[in-house]
Amino acid sequence: MSTILERQQARAALQFLAPALTLIAVFFFLPVIAGLLLSLTDFDIYAIGALDTARFVGLGNYRDLLHSTLFWTALKNTLYFVLVGGPLSVAISLAAAVLLNSPRLRFRPFFRTVYFAPVVTTLVAVAIVWRYLYHPRYGLLNHILGWVGIEPIDWLGDPHWSMPAIIILSIWKNFGYNMLIFLAGLQTIPEELYEAASIDGAGPWRSFFHITFPSLGPVFLFVAVTTMIGYFQLFAEPYVMTQGGPLRSTTSLVLLMYEEGFRWWRMGVASSIAFVLFLLTLGGALLQLRLRRARA
Amino acid sequence: MEAPGRGAPAWFLACLVGVATGCAAPSEDDPTTIRFWAMGREGEVVQELVADFEQEFPGIRVEVQQIPWSAAHEKLLTAFVGRASPDLAQLGNTWIAEFVALQALEPLDVRIASANTLAPSDYFSGVWDTNVIDGTTYGLPWYVDTRVLFYRKDILARAGYDAMPVTWSGWLESMKAVKRTVGPANFAILLPVNEWTQPVIFGLQTGSPLLGDEATRSAFTEPEFRKAFTFYLDLFRSGLAPSLANNEVANIYQEFEKGYFSMCITGPWNLGEFQNRLSPAMQDSWDTAPLPGPDGPGLSLAGGSSLVLFRGSPHRDAAWRLVEFLSRPEQQVRFSQLSGDLPARREAWADPFLTQNPRTSAFWEQLQRVVATPKIPEWELITSRILEYSELAAREAAPPDTALARLDADVNRILEKRRWLLGRDRTGGTEGHVSP
Repeated sequence: MSTILERQQARAALQFLAPALTLIAVFFFLPVIAGLLLSLTDFDIYAIGALDTARFVGLGNYRDLLHSTLFWTALKNTLYFVLVGGPLSVAISLAAAVLLNSPRLRFRPFFRTVYFAPVVTTLVAVAIVWRYLYHPRYGLLNHILGWVGIEPIDWLGDPHWSMPAIIILSIWKNFGYNMLIFLAGLQTIPEELYEAASIDGAGPWRSFFHITFPSLGPVFLFVAVTTMIGYFQLFAEPYVMTQGGPLRSTTSLVLLMYEEGFRWWRMGVASSIAFVLFLLTLGGALLQLRLRRARA
Repeated sequence: MEAPGRGAPAWFLACLVGVATGCAAPSEDDPTTIRFWAMGREGEVVQELVADFEQEFPGIRVEVQQIPWSAAHEKLLTAFVGRASPDLAQLGNTWIAEFVALQALEPLDVRIASANTLAPSDYFSGVWDTNVIDGTTYGLPWYVDTRVLFYRKDILARAGYDAMPVTWSGWLESMKAVKRTVGPANFAILLPVNEWTQPVIFGLQTGSPLLGDEATRSAFTEPEFRKAFTFYLDLFRSGLAPSLANNEVANIYQEFEKGYFSMCITGPWNLGEFQNRLSPAMQDSWDTAPLPGPDGPGLSLAGGSSLVLFRGSPHRDAAWRLVEFLSRPEQQVRFSQLSGDLPARREAWADPFLTQNPRTSAFWEQLQRVVATPKIPEWELITSRILEYSELAAREAAPPDTALARLDADVNRILEKRRWLLGRDRTGGTEGHVSP
């Protein structure tokens, strides 16, 4: 009796879900599967002209990637960006959120808007302005460094400084988004906890590490995972600012994928890079979840 | 109160419709509209020529779409894949092989033979050759470029040279003399280490085919290219050239004027730039010269852009009219005046506009000695590898032999597909997609 009802309910549910599921299947799962299959072929410019020139190569593209110095350079650059840029960006977002949440702050909406503004600005426009800021001779940044006696730095021309330059730009561009999320999280922490802590004689640092930080746990996890995923996909900044140079020092995995796919039209190779990137991101996200759970 | 509020948009709308129909119907017949993609500066100035074309051919309207050079290659390919190619386009002549492999381009031989204003002999043969793939012509040269030496006449004179030597050994001596004159902080020549053109030009000069076996194998470890590569790297090692990338030299015009370097190898676009950016006092102190070669005047690259028709276009005949129009000698001269590009037709070079500028004569002379780089779709990718490994060697991050060996391995891996295709076409007898 109940099984019939359940079945009917299930059918009704399925009917309601069908449109959404179809869309997801057509626009998400199909392309992903197509991409996976593509990564097992040597689909290239010849294959666009005549499909029968595409060959099944198995894991050949992946094997070639492991032997390609360019791939390892791109991987190293991407990890550099994720491991240095990601934590820095989260830390600055958190610091900005805590400052904005301070009851003593005036003009809060103004600061919130100012800090969030870079997030909604077009990156290309921003990158052009930053190229001026970074200019080795006429840039504002080197001018300011000059006041404290630091020699001019060739931010975008020196392979050692190009990645830090990209990281600074990305943090400035992105920290506002995470800041808003942290701010929302901070506002859910009950005021009584801080009151109790101050009665017990805890200073601001202790209440930060023992109240604010643990209470933000889930928010922190969300921010860390989304930031990591976003930072793994580094593309527009080097594409606009450095084209991957100098000496390939800012070529990220996505930029390499773009070059392989849309400059050289080696779609098979490009797809295999996409899947390597997917596995890396997935691995990173799982690791963070595991760490969280172990601590809890 | 209400009437004007309503009346204004209606009046405005009527006006818009009038303008729109006025634009769309200039002649009695329904005009053919052709879409023409042109790049960068060329796309800007060609509008003026197109206006005259439309007057002469009232039945044809031309929609010029200006594509930035940096995005042109991607846009053309994506347009082809998405079946949204234009009717005709300007195409860098090193890209032709790629679009032929895609079977995107219309063969032009019949049209060229039946056109009474076009004579292939009126073109520079090296440049013409870049448009011929497997015996079929797919593009008509529109303007040409090649690389020559730009040099400081005054510094060379101080070093004891009245003219640029024509052999490598003479050139090397002149560079050493310049270096002695300008001192240790300055250099004789600027060869940006992140450009593939310099090592490739030297390779072509020593007679290296760059790729062997019908362009299916790397020839970069063979003696000809080795000789060129050694010559190239020695310029850095002996301190004649700084090992800098082009973005590490803040402003090449300022540095050239200051005497940081006295020579560089560059193309016709810099004729105008040197004129505008160097101070007036400097204008008598620089000149151009054809490239020296190992044993006499040397080869250079056959560059430039061609006009091509797309095979899928329904308006190929109308588009061809525009190609013919733009190839008329008088239009070639006009285009050269507007854009600063060098005309593809020899006849146009007789015009005073070109003969009066003595610095273009080096280009004229060089254009008699230009050759095409291998005409295969993989060439662009191969140039990126040449750049990478020659930069490693020039910056002494890898010994020359290692750099060449790695370049060789990479290029052979890239060409694997081509070897397979050629082998298959030979045995299987399927229609050939590959040009030898």
